[in-house]
Amino acid sequence: MTQTLPTSLTAAAALLERRQISPVELVRGCLERIEAKNAEANAFITVMADSARADAARAEAEIAHGRYLGPLHGIPVSIKDLIDVAGTPTTAGSAVPARTARHDAPVVANLRRAGAIVVGKTNLHEFAFGTTSDETAFGRIGNPYDPARSAGGSSGGAAVAIVEGMCLGSVGSDTGGSIRIPAAACGIVGLKPTVNELSCDGVVPLSPTLDHVGPMTRTAADAAAMFFAMIQGQNRGTIEPAPAQLRIGVPGPYFLEKLERGVREALARARGALEAARHRVEDVAIALAEHTPDVYLHISLPEAAWYHAPLLAQHAEAYSPGVRLRIEMGRTILAEDYVRAMHARTLLRASVDHALEGFDALLVPALAIPAPRFDERVVQVDGAAEPVRGMMLRLTQLFNITGHPAIALPAGRGEDGLPRGLQLVGHRGATARLLAVAMACEHQIAGGAGSVGGGTG
Amino acid sequence: MDVHRWLASACADADARGLPALKPLLETLARSTEALRRADAAFRHPALADESEPREKQP
Repeated sequence: MTQTLPTSLTAAAALLERRQISPVELVRGCLERIEAKNAEANAFITVMADSARADAARAEAEIAHGRYLGPLHGIPVSIKDLIDVAGTPTTAGSAVPARTARHDAPVVANLRRAGAIVVGKTNLHEFAFGTTSDETAFGRIGNPYDPARSAGGSSGGAAVAIVEGMCLGSVGSDTGGSIRIPAAACGIVGLKPTVNELSCDGVVPLSPTLDHVGPMTRTAADAAAMFFAMIQGQNRGTIEPAPAQLRIGVPGPYFLEKLERGVREALARARGALEAARHRVEDVAIALAEHTPDVYLHISLPEAAWYHAPLLAQHAEAYSPGVRLRIEMGRTILAEDYVRAMHARTLLRASVDHALEGFDALLVPALAIPAPRFDERVVQVDGAAEPVRGMMLRLTQLFNITGHPAIALPAGRGEDGLPRGLQLVGHRGATARLLAVAMACEHQIAGGAGSVGGGTG
Repeated sequence: MDVHRWLASACADADARGLPALKPLLETLARSTEALRRADAAFRHPALADESEPREKQP
């Protein structure tokens, strides 16, 4: 039966609305996949099988009685395990003692209000403080296309859960790229909305002024459905169709440097496909973008140190060594340099605003390299040795600094068989418009192949 | 505090706390801090504003 289950959220929703499939069947299929694959995949930390079955039975009865709520009703979703789900521990992927949530985080409550069914909580890079999902107390998260490689992070389990058909939508968090990086590494869609658009209450912070939550799905339409449910608990948001001819800016030079060959080819292929579809694609510059990593470090590290100081005082030995060192590093940054970075942030925000003038969106790679091997700390890019951590973050973190919405989209696979991902960046406060643009051109960006995330039911 | 003095102080503190593995990370961070400070002019640090533009009088 599970082979026939739909893979995309919106496809499942259409079947649910017509009563051609039941939430009970959908949830059963997802739980069977979790049961079959999670021991190896390490995608889930907590599986909520009993409550999911009960919620599915309730949704089935509601739909049968004509009370269909909309596209999220009866849809199995997962929640990254740094987001509170009432009655479950919020581990943040750490051996540091977890808190047990008394209430759902607002984004979870909104999803439930829209009828979504939580099947479990997904694994992550410890405290979201990394991009490779190997530093976690719950087993490293391998890439579905090559288990010796990372699924990306920090929302690695959320991405794998989508690819493996363990749920139809995942909620992730993104402080420097933690939704978009695993989305690109695993060939799925990941949306970081405009800053502060989705509540981060009930979410273990990494860097409070950079943190975002957002959906991870198979398609842009799926992400839109999740986004509207997460923002207001409603199933039908307002989304104007994108213009027939889009204007897309391709920023350089920072975003075109240090790209692995397959990523560079994916960007060129997408650009060509967009132009062939009669969209206008032009080069554009983002002033000061080359300072992004320095600004990001001096904001994210001290903010993380602030949150973790009391935990470190009690549980320092429970942290993964690498995560602890990064937090300790943040404790040394001078207030003067934090303020300096926050000042730079205002100019970077204006730079991205300026680059977007006259464009519907900017198109940039989401991840400069394919998913790295777990044993790699340095990769060769354009003939130079580059640290993996820097390469993972360099193309996503600017939009956490500036707060612009950005969505990672699958961009086909390279000769190595690994997914590549590009991202579209939209105007601040216009996430719905960005989603419309993504829905209009995800086929061109995918090279005509659609999502490469999965293929398993 | 200049970056060299900050780095020396931070490395001494790392040693004192039994965290020698922190020192290479601090050296990388020091390079980033120097780069950020060098960018003050590019980021229009208010104290480096163009002198041809009159400053507002402080109360």
